[in-house]
Amino acid sequence: MSFMFKSPLDIELRLDGEDSRETVEVKTAKGRKEKLSLYKDGETVKGQVTIRTRDNKKVEHLGVRIQLLGTIETNNDGIQADDFLSLAHELASPGELKHPETFQFEFRNVEKQYESYRGTNVRLRYYLKVTVSRKSADVIREKELWVYQYQVANSKDSTAALPTTTVKMDVGIEDCLHIEFEYSKNKYSLKDVIVGRIYFLLVRLKIKHMELSLIRRETCGAAPHQMSNSETLARFEIMDGAPVRGETIPIRLFLGGFDLTPTYKDINKKFSTRTFLSLVLIDEDARRYFKQSEIILYRDE
Amino acid sequence: MPTANPFQSFDSSITHKPIKEHKQTFDELYGEPENFLEVEVIKPVTHGNKSSSMYTDYEIVCRTNIPAFKKRFSRVRRRYSDFDSFRKILESETTRVVIPKLPEKSLLNYSNRFNDDFIEERRKGLEKFLIVVSGHPLLQTGSKSLISFIQDDVWDKNKFL
Repeated sequence: MSFMFKSPLDIELRLDGEDSRETVEVKTAKGRKEKLSLYKDGETVKGQVTIRTRDNKKVEHLGVRIQLLGTIETNNDGIQADDFLSLAHELASPGELKHPETFQFEFRNVEKQYESYRGTNVRLRYYLKVTVSRKSADVIREKELWVYQYQVANSKDSTAALPTTTVKMDVGIEDCLHIEFEYSKNKYSLKDVIVGRIYFLLVRLKIKHMELSLIRRETCGAAPHQMSNSETLARFEIMDGAPVRGETIPIRLFLGGFDLTPTYKDINKKFSTRTFLSLVLIDEDARRYFKQSEIILYRDE
Repeated sequence: MPTANPFQSFDSSITHKPIKEHKQTFDELYGEPENFLEVEVIKPVTHGNKSSSMYTDYEIVCRTNIPAFKKRFSRVRRRYSDFDSFRKILESETTRVVIPKLPEKSLLNYSNRFNDDFIEERRKGLEKFLIVVSGHPLLQTGSKSLISFIQDDVWDKNKFL
């Protein structure tokens, strides 16, 4: 509610079919959760704007317009906002408002190239903005939408074009530890299962346990001001106790249980979000040995 | 004539992608693990009777099957100043590894340094230090002084300076 204290107008923004539309629960900056209506690429955004005057006063205005904006906010070197999408409709020409008035609006077949995203230093958001221009302060009302992008199997998108391969690697420390790890695929849908195994070829360390972590790395900006930050999304213990030569530890990690973001590569040349699978071994003296490998994530219908 | 065997298990009818099965040998499963390493610091003994020449030394016992160590079993005696010189050499040998601290020098406790409690605290600290250092994979394979300190009959710091 961007409600100014002495605002003479009450603006209500409603979307058509709000009750039947799918919603997404997202975390706000303050840690609470809010429900937003979900839209897809190419979908029409339509609804009504109702403006009421308070105390039955007459309010003069210089025009009412509604905009649909898509913006990327980065916190690189101070907060910067950059609009990649900007559509506008005029709802009313300059005049007077006496009684409550309702205006219909429709943004037809809007291309929504990117997914909505709320990260640590980057936010990508789509929102409707109603502006009643006045000689004194403008009255503004915003309503945020959420957008998901679904991967189409044969699209030209770089993620889809990447062939699915098995991830298999031989890593270790000379004469001390030698493991072979294998994951079924290099790219997964958000509801997929990571299936794989760890095979121990040489164990001269006293291993206490082994865990798998999912790490999201967000990178924003371009060199020399590029900033990266990593967040551990999940930590999962897959082995407790000391393994010996020849032992195989299976991996089965259901991704649906975690709050994951699909892999974003260089969105509008502003930011990227990548996910890594980190295998960590911890020994008796609390030393940590780890191997990270990237996994490509995509959203499936 | 029926072509399918009614007693065939479901498993064999599903085509598996050939997963490389690694079968462990009996020895691999139940034999001695390859990471066997036991290091102890025990039996403190105070030598000498003139207060100017008294000192305490400790026994280091090492049992292991790790090839980086020269012997499978060793028993040697070392005193605190030996640990001190060894630690300095270790720090100079590696830039990547953080070497843990030794228990305190007895400068503040000089009059008590042959006290049983003090010696026991010191013994525990030295043991902890040696366990962490000897178990480190980069030191086991990378440090020339580590194996010598633990297993050579006599510790000669000058060989490594």
